[in-house]
Amino acid sequence: MKNTNEMEIRFDSRSANEGFARVAVASFMTQLNPTVEEVADVKTAVSEAVTNAIIHGYDSETEKVCIRCRIEDNVLYVEVSDRGCGIRDVEEAMRPMYTSKPEQDRSGMGFAFMEAFMDSVEVESEQGKGTRVKMKKTVGKGRELWTTQSL
Amino acid sequence: MKYQVQENCLTIYLPKEVDHHNAEEMKKEADAVIDRNHIKYVIFDFEKTDFMDSSGIGVIMGRYKTICLIGGEVWAVHANERIRKILTLSGAAKIMQIYEEEKP
Repeated sequence: MKNTNEMEIRFDSRSANEGFARVAVASFMTQLNPTVEEVADVKTAVSEAVTNAIIHGYDSETEKVCIRCRIEDNVLYVEVSDRGCGIRDVEEAMRPMYTSKPEQDRSGMGFAFMEAFMDSVEVESEQGKGTRVKMKKTVGKGRELWTTQSL
Repeated sequence: MKYQVQENCLTIYLPKEVDHHNAEEMKKEADAVIDRNHIKYVIFDFEKTDFMDSSGIGVIMGRYKTICLIGGEVWAVHANERIRKILTLSGAAKIMQIYEEEKP
């Protein structure tokens, strides 16, 4: 039997909630006993995905953003979804430096950061229906399991 | 936004977390100050900062675009390891000077 745990949060697509979202996911993952580095990686990736949902998915409308997290043994799955406008060309959107809003000096590094900090990133999107970003990260890779010795 | 202007040099003291939420206001304020004071050098002070995502990179790149036209420079000071990683990964490290502190 796999050791699993799940959580789901839904919040308004306001930029003030970006901090809340990444901290919520970070605290959920603490049960995996992650390193400071691993927590920072996940926080950055979540922040990027949520920012995308807020500024691109919903533009300036206030709708709901949903985050689902699942832990399976030492693997963390994070899914960030919106029911916004969707992405016309996912491949183009994921290209580093690409931004659909160059006038707002966005860096176009959102997906590049998600890919750099997580083990895998998958994007499902349909125009007019919304976008779902699925990310996965194995926590504690290469770390030796240590057990306390009985006295 | 906390900042300081000394002659043609603007130091921006970045907050604890730099994300899309506070980047927008920072951009607006920084641009106004740069314009008003004929700023040539922008220093981003990361002393208080422990989180930054790509929105922060947008703030740096955007200001760089403005001041490189007049031959200015962008600097980063007090950047911790995490911030350096973000700057390097995004390519921002190529266009800005990262001040190395002497280790005590």
